[in-house]
Amino acid sequence: MRPAPSAAAPDRPRVALFVTCLVDLFRPSIGFAAIRLLEAAGCTVEVPKAQTCCGQPAFNSGDRATAEAIARQVLDTFEPYDYVVAPSGSCAGMLRRHLPELFDTDPVARERASVLAERCHELLGFLVDIRGLKEVASHFAGTVTYHDSCSGLRELGVKAQPRQLLLGVPGVDLVEMREPEVCCGFGGTFCVKYPEISTRMVSDKTADIAATGADTLAAGDLGCLMNMAGRLQRQGSKVRAYHVAEILAGPGAGTATLPGIGERRR
Amino acid sequence: MQPTSLAFEAKAHAALDNPALQSALGSIKTGWQAGRSRAAEALPEFEALRDRGRDIKNHTLQHLDLYLEMFETKLAAAGGQLHFARDAAEARATVLDLCRTAEARAVTKSKSMVAEEIGINEHLEANGIERIETDLGEYIIQLRKEPPSHLVGPAVHLTKDQVSDLFAEHHGGPRIEDPAALVAEARRVLREKYFQADIGITGANFLVAETGTIVTVTNEGNAELTQGLPRTHIVITSLEKLVPTIDDAFTLLRLLARSATGQEFSAYTTLVTGPKRPADLDGPDRLHVVLVDNGRTKMLGTALQEMLRCIRCGACMNHCPVYLAAGGHAYGWVYVGPMGSVLTPQFAGIEETHTLPNASTFCGRCEAVCPVRIPLPKLMRHWREVQFEKGLTPPTARYGLRAWGFVATRPALYRAVTRAAAAVLGLLGRGTGRFRHLPLAGGWTQSRDLPAPSGTTFMAAWAKQAGRPSEPK
Repeated sequence: MRPAPSAAAPDRPRVALFVTCLVDLFRPSIGFAAIRLLEAAGCTVEVPKAQTCCGQPAFNSGDRATAEAIARQVLDTFEPYDYVVAPSGSCAGMLRRHLPELFDTDPVARERASVLAERCHELLGFLVDIRGLKEVASHFAGTVTYHDSCSGLRELGVKAQPRQLLLGVPGVDLVEMREPEVCCGFGGTFCVKYPEISTRMVSDKTADIAATGADTLAAGDLGCLMNMAGRLQRQGSKVRAYHVAEILAGPGAGTATLPGIGERRR
Repeated sequence: MQPTSLAFEAKAHAALDNPALQSALGSIKTGWQAGRSRAAEALPEFEALRDRGRDIKNHTLQHLDLYLEMFETKLAAAGGQLHFARDAAEARATVLDLCRTAEARAVTKSKSMVAEEIGINEHLEANGIERIETDLGEYIIQLRKEPPSHLVGPAVHLTKDQVSDLFAEHHGGPRIEDPAALVAEARRVLREKYFQADIGITGANFLVAETGTIVTVTNEGNAELTQGLPRTHIVITSLEKLVPTIDDAFTLLRLLARSATGQEFSAYTTLVTGPKRPADLDGPDRLHVVLVDNGRTKMLGTALQEMLRCIRCGACMNHCPVYLAAGGHAYGWVYVGPMGSVLTPQFAGIEETHTLPNASTFCGRCEAVCPVRIPLPKLMRHWREVQFEKGLTPPTARYGLRAWGFVATRPALYRAVTRAAAAVLGLLGRGTGRFRHLPLAGGWTQSRDLPAPSGTTFMAAWAKQAGRPSEPK
């Protein structure tokens, strides 16, 4: 179901940015990059002040009551917008695929959640599939390899969209890993519940990244990126990690270059 | 079999330090995983077939009583006998009774996971009945006194070298290294045993209601010899193997081998309808089907009903990065990998097994390859909910989640907390932009650096820019 466009400006939808808790806390530049891309795609972007978290940590830990309480707040906060867009396949997957599940015993909220879920999107999928963005005005000098984060890929079908836009950026040379679709071992709380298995998984991933010869790792989820960048840096690798939106949006007005994830700020 | 699933982490630790095991698990990627991918790509209707497989199983489960009755009637008409077992103990007692009636001293067995589930192996041996496993992998793990580590390849955790050592030790003679020669040797040893057995025990892949037919698949032909040579054939199987028609069984067979190993079809597919008839040249005189419930009917009508679609192909574990790191034995019970993480809590109790549904990143690859589209992550999440409701979630996680929930439902408080956290961590991490160690984050920092926050939250930075002009487009 397509949402009704705003009565005021049918060609310029009102998009709420779902910042995500990791971007809010760790890397605001991803939020700003997302806004620049959404504006370039003809959207009016707003950042609802009452937003916090999508509730996925509670949902995936079996704490339905907490997840449901957070989800009610998501409903109240994001219902007024044409679209809700998150720079994360994981959070967008939670909103789009799982939000209605949380209201098994409340048909009214469930219906509200179903309607809202239809309007929630992952950033890259939204830019390309919904807004028809073909290219971006950016430049980036580097050999980039793209990791397909699990939720974006398997819950939302985000695969070609980031690559299509990356290929249009002058200076980007895109190289594929042998297994770009294999999980990096982050898995939310998994990485601290089973740190050794997680380490093994992320080490397989960094070996795959290294084998490409790329100097830059891009992905669409900050959780996965922090995991992979953290492992790369512990291994002494020089590969730099960025959210794909940061590469596509460029460093932003007044900023020369953006340090990679886990790099010292200049 | 008592589950040892609570030791999952310790066993996974040992597995990660075991080079032979890691090498053996590595071959799953290049073998079965790659095979499944090729087979799925080569069959244009594969995705549609998965839908049909799912629908056949859903339909059967919705009318299980009808198809069960039909199967019993047709089986009886063909001369076979159905024994219903409510739980593992009842199933063991039934099988032992049948063995005693037949005055059996030795039984041959082809692979059956339900037999493992009810613990028939130990039970037969404790009662003085010799058991000979005829599946090569099962034979290997019988010699090693180990449980299977995989649905399809019970000895997949072993390398060829380990099998060479094992055979040299048990069979005597020179150590053989050539795989074909190893298989030939096992075949030679097993061939004599087929003729000594009083009873042959097999599992079943499908039970066809319209004809009372039992369908088994193998790649070694051992099920045929196991069920055809002894006087008595016992099938140990479970309710969810029922399908309405032969056509349905063949639809699912087209999915089974492709999903399991990448073969278009298993090397041997055997359809058995009743024991030997007067005009038949061979076959057993008696056919008994022991149909095990063991908690399955309790899954009907619950979130777990979807798990009863499982056709035991092993694709979920072949594609699971956690299984491929930890190996099957870490799961601590009969069923392993993602399907095991859903089934084991049902059969062995969540109290003893809650480590398993947590041993997943929810990467979703298992669901993406499941031939009957079982939503495995959703079902693992279901068990995490049961775990949480029963108070089995560790207190730190429980209170942590509740505290997080308290803050996250109060935006102003949330803003203050995140602003403070970003400021403190940003300041501490200012030097290098990341942490090598951080209190309470040891699980993370033992093997990776933690990127430091930039010092300001996005929300604070955005608020500062309020009223900013839109960027030029």
